[in-house]
Order: sequence, then C-alpha cells, then structure tokens
Amino acid sequence: MNLKAFNRALWVYHLNTGSCNGCDIEILAVLTPRYDVERFGIMLVGSPRHADVLLVTGPVARSMEDSVRRVYAQTPDPKLVMVIGNCGIEGDVFHEAYSLVGPIDQIIPVDVYVPGCPPRPEAIIHGVVMAWAKLERLVKKEVV
Amino acid sequence: MSLLGENVWLNGLVIVIGTAVLVLVGAFFGMLYRGVDRKLVARMQGRVGPPIAQPFRDVQKLLMKENIIPSGATPWLFNAAPFLALISTGSLLLFIPLFGQPALLGRYGDVILVLYLLIIPSLAFVLGGFASSSPYATVGAQREMIIMMSYEAPLAVVVLGIAWRIGHVTDAANPFLMSTIAQYPIWSLLGPVGVIGALLMLLTLVVVTVGEAAKVPFDVAEAETEIAGGLLVEYSGRNLSLFYLSDVIKAFAMVSLLVALFIPYNLSPALGITAAPAAGIVDALFFLVKVLVVMFFSISLIRAGMARFKISQATSVYLMAMTAAALVGMFLVWVDARIWV
Repeated sequence: MNLKAFNRALWVYHLNTGSCNGCDIEILAVLTPRYDVERFGIMLVGSPRHADVLLVTGPVARSMEDSVRRVYAQTPDPKLVMVIGNCGIEGDVFHEAYSLVGPIDQIIPVDVYVPGCPPRPEAIIHGVVMAWAKLERLVKKEVV
Repeated sequence: MSLLGENVWLNGLVIVIGTAVLVLVGAFFGMLYRGVDRKLVARMQGRVGPPIAQPFRDVQKLLMKENIIPSGATPWLFNAAPFLALISTGSLLLFIPLFGQPALLGRYGDVILVLYLLIIPSLAFVLGGFASSSPYATVGAQREMIIMMSYEAPLAVVVLGIAWRIGHVTDAANPFLMSTIAQYPIWSLLGPVGVIGALLMLLTLVVVTVGEAAKVPFDVAEAETEIAGGLLVEYSGRNLSLFYLSDVIKAFAMVSLLVALFIPYNLSPALGITAAPAAGIVDALFFLVKVLVVMFFSISLIRAGMARFKISQATSVYLMAMTAAALVGMFLVWVDARIWV
C-alpha cells in the first residue's frame, strides 16, 4: 500500500450527530483560505462513499444512532474516524441528557480524538497529522 | 495523415496501439491540467492550494480503496458505466488534433462525429447514476440529461457556422474535416464583421466547454454541496477513479477541440523550423501553452469567480443566451460573406 498517496489525498466526510454547530463551523474554518487544508490534499466530499475519513461531531442523539452506523458501513475501507469536539468524546455539557446514546466510540470504532469546545482549527489539523501517524504505525504492523 | 493505406493488419495495429497510447497520454495531461487548474483557482482565492501532482495522488488513492456496489443497484450496469465513460472519452481523442499534429483517425471522422462522441460519456454518467438506485444519483442523472440537451444546440451552431464559412470560401470537399479546419484558420477567411461573429461563436464555445467539463457554474449534476455528489454519489474506489479519469480527459479533449476549431495555428512555420523532430517538439509545446491559456479562461477563471447556477438557470443560459449568441455570430459571418465575397 502506497501510504504517501493515501495520506496526501484524504477526502473527508462531515457527519453531524446532533452537534450545536460550533465544531462544524471550526471544521469549515479549516477549509478557508486562512488554514487551507486543501494544500495537504484534504478535500470535503458530499458522500460517505467517496470518503477516507469521517469527521464526526456531536453527542449521538438517539435518532442518529442508526444513521451513524450506516454511514460508517457505507464508507469504503480503508477508513479512519475522527471525533471532533468534547461532545463526541464524552458528552460534555449534554452528558446527562436522556436522549443521548453516545459517546461516539460506543457506536463505531474511533481512531483520533480531537478535544475542545470547540477545538481550534490548528487542533483539527493536528488531529489529521495524528491520523497519518496512526496509519503509518498500522502499515508497519501490517494490519492494513 | 495517411494511415499506411493498404495493409489492413498494420492499420489495425496502429489504431489499437495508438488508442491505448492516446488514452494514457490524455489521462496524464488531463490530470496535469486538473492539478494546474486547482492550483490556479486556489491562488485566485488567496489559498496555497494542493500540489500540481494532487490528481495523480487522488487517483492512486482511489485505486487502493474498496469498491462498493450498493445492494439496490443493478450490478452489471453499475460496473459497466465507468468503463463506458472512460472508453468513449478516450475514443474522443482519436478524432481531435492534439499536440499540433493531425488527429490519429482524422481521415475517418470529422467534427460531426466528435459532436456525437461527446454525448456518450455524459450518457455513461447518466446510466451509472440511474443504475446506482440512489435518489440523489437519480436527480443528478436527470439534471445531466437536461443540461446535455441544452448545450448541444449552441455547440452545433458554432461548428456549423465555422464549417459553412470554410466551405463557402474554399473548395474543400468536406469542410467539417479537422484537417480542413486546420488548413484554413477561420480568422484568415473573415472580414471585420465576420470577426465579430466569430468572437461571439468563440464565447459560446468557451461557455459550452464549462458545461461539457461539468465545472462551476454548470456542475449542477454533480453539485456535492447540494445533492451530495449527484450522479457519483454511490460510486467508490476503482469505479470512482474511472469516472474521475474520464472527467479529466473529457475536459482536456473539450479544450483541445476549442483549440482545434479556433486556434489551429502552429508555431514552427512562424519560427522557420522545418526539421521534423524539432518542429514537432515546438508545435507540441505550443499546443500545451494554447490549452493552458484556453483552460485558464474557460475553466479556472469562471470557476473561481462564480457560484453554481440552478438547473433552470443553467439551461436557460445555454438554450436562450448562448444559442442566441451563436446564431447572431453565425448571422454576422453570413453577412460578412455577402459583403466581402
């Protein structure tokens, strides 16, 4: 597997599982001219079928549980999952809410956690670098 | 180019190998120009932009991915459509003059054939969209059909206008042949009124190129922010990379067609270079520059400066505005013929 081509052409799909839109706006900020992640080949795509990385935001609302599983299944292998924001990691301010089934790693396997409420764009870019490092480790162990 | 006339087998061999080489060359330059285009657009938007080699990485990565066939799809049609799209765009390159040389099969097909061949890749996209059974893909496929029907009319008028004028002035047997169009550049046949007409037709062809290449503002069929990738929503892995390649090659072919129709000049006669390899290299480089310039104005600049049209706006731009511009252009060329000849 040619890792360089894979790492430098990550297409991301943005999945909102009931977030307050804070993290989602920070994800969009990463794509703006100021941070411009397209220079690393990262592109936002409209369909999970095209995606290599799922960016998941929000504590998972009960009505979204099935959709999260389906979107994960619809993404072709090899794939990575990044959780953006505290909500997806541990529920944050919503952690006691009756309508939640999260956090996300109880529903689908997660590779990278980016904490913050919301995380800064730099933190999200750092998360992508962590994802590259994880892929490299996996290839060394010949898991992928 | 006389293709070895008598020997059928040798002819066949040249055609088969030539086609394979042309598809590879077309894919290489198509991806290179796509990389340049993305870089230019990024710079115009104040971004750094991806490296020029990015499309090569994208395709390489897509080939490593899993190829999913959705359970609701018609598998044979779903898998056949990407190949049909790639093969038909590849065959397009056989009939369009590239690198300052005559088209490989230029003797066997003219511009009218190219007009028909241009429809097949779009039809393959539509077939793939309908076969994938997703509602988004169905909407995308319907939009692709509608926009395809709208840009056919102005495109046909432009080609007719040029060929009519060449046939009117010269005694060429078939003014639709690419070699005839290259032999009599349209600008050298026209008076001042006709030049205005030809400029209008050039503008029409530039706008049609945007639609053929499915770029902003005419990318209504793929609109990823609106219908989640439209036609291609269910495609992944190898199939998606084939569509990506055919899209890239089609943009290259369409720009080459514009170059062949309106700027069929070569640099080597002007520089006085006659030695075969040197002249070939100079012409090829000049061709690449011409394609770059046309691509900058017809794809990159428009893409960076505009938002997407709604499907109704896109069709009315083609069916009303562009058809009108092309017809006025054709009329001016006709008036010019009345005055000057």
